[in-house]
Amino acid sequence: MLEQLAISTLNGIIYGMLLFMLASGLTLIFGMMGVLNLAHASMYMLGAYLGYQISKTIGFLPALILGPLALGLGGALLERYGLRRVHQHGHVSELLFTFGVAFMIQEAVQMIWGRIGVPYRVPPELDFPLFRLFDTPYPAYRIFVLVLAVAIFVGLFAILSRSRIGLVIRAALTHPNMVGMLGHNVPQVFMLVFGVGAGLAGLAGVIGGPIFVTSPNMAGALGAILFTVVVIGGLGSLPGALLASLLIGLVQTFAVVMDVSLDDFIKAIGVDAKAGNILGDIQHTTIAQIAPILPYLMLLVMLVVRPRGLFGSRDV
Amino acid sequence: MTSLSIGRHAGQIVWFLAIALALLLPELIPSKTALTKMCLIGITIVFALSYNILLGQTGLLSFGHAVYFGLSGFAAIHLINLIGRHQLPIPVLIVPLFAGLAGAAFGLLFGILSTRRHGTAFAMISLAIAELVAASSLILESFFGGESGVTTDRSVGPTLFGIDLVPQIQVYYLIVGWGVLSAITMYAFTRTPLGRMATAVRDNPERAEFIGYSPQIVRLLSFIVSAFFAGVAGGLAAINYEIMTATNLSTAASGSVLIMTYIGGASFFYGPVIGAIVISLIQLSLSDVTPAWLLYLGLLFVITVLFAPTGIAGLIERHLPPLRARVLHHLIPSYLLSAAAGSVFAVGAIALLEMNYHVTLNAHEGPLLRLFWIQVDTTQPLAWGVAILVTVCGFFLFRRTWPLVGGAWNEIDSRLRKAAP
Repeated sequence: MLEQLAISTLNGIIYGMLLFMLASGLTLIFGMMGVLNLAHASMYMLGAYLGYQISKTIGFLPALILGPLALGLGGALLERYGLRRVHQHGHVSELLFTFGVAFMIQEAVQMIWGRIGVPYRVPPELDFPLFRLFDTPYPAYRIFVLVLAVAIFVGLFAILSRSRIGLVIRAALTHPNMVGMLGHNVPQVFMLVFGVGAGLAGLAGVIGGPIFVTSPNMAGALGAILFTVVVIGGLGSLPGALLASLLIGLVQTFAVVMDVSLDDFIKAIGVDAKAGNILGDIQHTTIAQIAPILPYLMLLVMLVVRPRGLFGSRDV
Repeated sequence: MTSLSIGRHAGQIVWFLAIALALLLPELIPSKTALTKMCLIGITIVFALSYNILLGQTGLLSFGHAVYFGLSGFAAIHLINLIGRHQLPIPVLIVPLFAGLAGAAFGLLFGILSTRRHGTAFAMISLAIAELVAASSLILESFFGGESGVTTDRSVGPTLFGIDLVPQIQVYYLIVGWGVLSAITMYAFTRTPLGRMATAVRDNPERAEFIGYSPQIVRLLSFIVSAFFAGVAGGLAAINYEIMTATNLSTAASGSVLIMTYIGGASFFYGPVIGAIVISLIQLSLSDVTPAWLLYLGLLFVITVLFAPTGIAGLIERHLPPLRARVLHHLIPSYLLSAAAGSVFAVGAIALLEMNYHVTLNAHEGPLLRLFWIQVDTTQPLAWGVAILVTVCGFFLFRRTWPLVGGAWNEIDSRLRKAAP
């Protein structure tokens, strides 16, 4: 029991940190430009596929650098030549544009790498058990992912809070017009943030691909969860995104190992009720089975109780 | 009759012609596969029109409209099964009405949660609800039937006017009947005070609030009306296919209705009709020809967002004033040039995409690919080189024709301005 608890906690934190890598870019882009990038999860998927392709041909370390760089560049170009064009037509057009891009990336990935997943495995140089947690060997690769994610978080936080460009970015989050008046090139800052966000999503894909399955379904599965994280954390708030990522990571990881249903609970209090139809379905559904819908339930509860999210300064 | 009144009635004439065509189509194209396709298109038109109440009229971008289509479809299936089991005195003909009411009920439920916001937040909430329902549909097996879905038999229940819905042609006329009724009602809805307020709330919620209307209530009512007609479409789908599965309410289905409505033109009432017909036809014809058709659809969508945000209907409306002023023919030379260069570019790009697709997905079929009526060997660098050359040259030529088209339009606009000072 304790062993399972410890392993699940560790796995949940790693999953949460990966979520944060994606959510940080998404929430910054949203906070600054008001654009919810629906293609963000697609970039994560593209990162995983690029990581697979590059590590197959050159090696894992180049993949770790080249993959995010390629996606960062692609993201910056997407912002410069696509998003900026539709910006004049309003937020709905921007959303539609990113939706179209996500749709195309989805199809392009299936076109290039096939409709089923690719065997993206943990690189051999990191494929060994690092330590034993109680009796279970814990893979070194997961710890590597954790360390990298924490390093990214610290780096991002340091840049945003200590450096000059971080100051401009934070100012542009709330007062883009004023920052522009002061002589900063706000569109260029937008392009930079969009590029870095895409690069981070790509990095998450490169390192997350071997842990989760690299398949064309991965973007759809993660995309909606990311928006949940961003809303629960509060739009534009990095600490909020961190907390919400860890929360959702832990909840989902714990939920999938809980094989308890309402039925067990009813039996435990000594009532032997037999409900039919839908009630019966609900009664026999285990927590593991509802794990995929838990984030959305949390999102809806959050929107009803506190629409601005955990750390948000304004309503969604 | 002056030319002005012809212009005023032209819209109605087009509508009557469209309805007459819908009624006569089975006589004009007497084939079974065509009939199946026409049924599909009819249902899609109602669904797309219902979506445009949200997108075009109220300005709400929803990524989960198929939820109402699918849930009502399941409700309709269960209702038809109930009719069969208990011999209820309800003809299957009016099941779409009940499906619509089910859709409206779900619209009320989820609308209360989501219509408090608009813009991006609304879009996000609609996506979350869509995922929630899609995930639940795999858990609640007794209602959704799990992976295999729920089936029914539409020929049960009392017959009305001797219509037992066994032959497909009766189902077609059922769809046309409900479709025309729904389209007229939805058009009438845009003319009601509520419909007008929905547009006002889309354009400026603050001003709408200042004159005493709650934007949230207006959005909610609009949402319910939209969900009602999505439900009618779902009920028609349940009768037509006699099966409903979880894919009917998936986010992919929601995305597809969004793409159709937008490409057709969300700012015009008839836009979704055009979009539903065009995209369904593309889907039905292209999906046999190429496995990459979804990629082409995505490309078409992104191009529409970037270059023609008003959709096909917007393009049509743009060409109507020059047509009325009889100056449209001035556009023809530049359009022909642009189309020629554009098709060179398109041929090159399509060749590249298809060759790529062939190499990655259909490698087991050998290196030969039939492309535009010629055999291409995908192992030869020459074939790739030619394709790349055609694409690049085509793009540059195409790009150079844009100023020509722009110039022609400038001239036409100045003529129009001179004609009507």
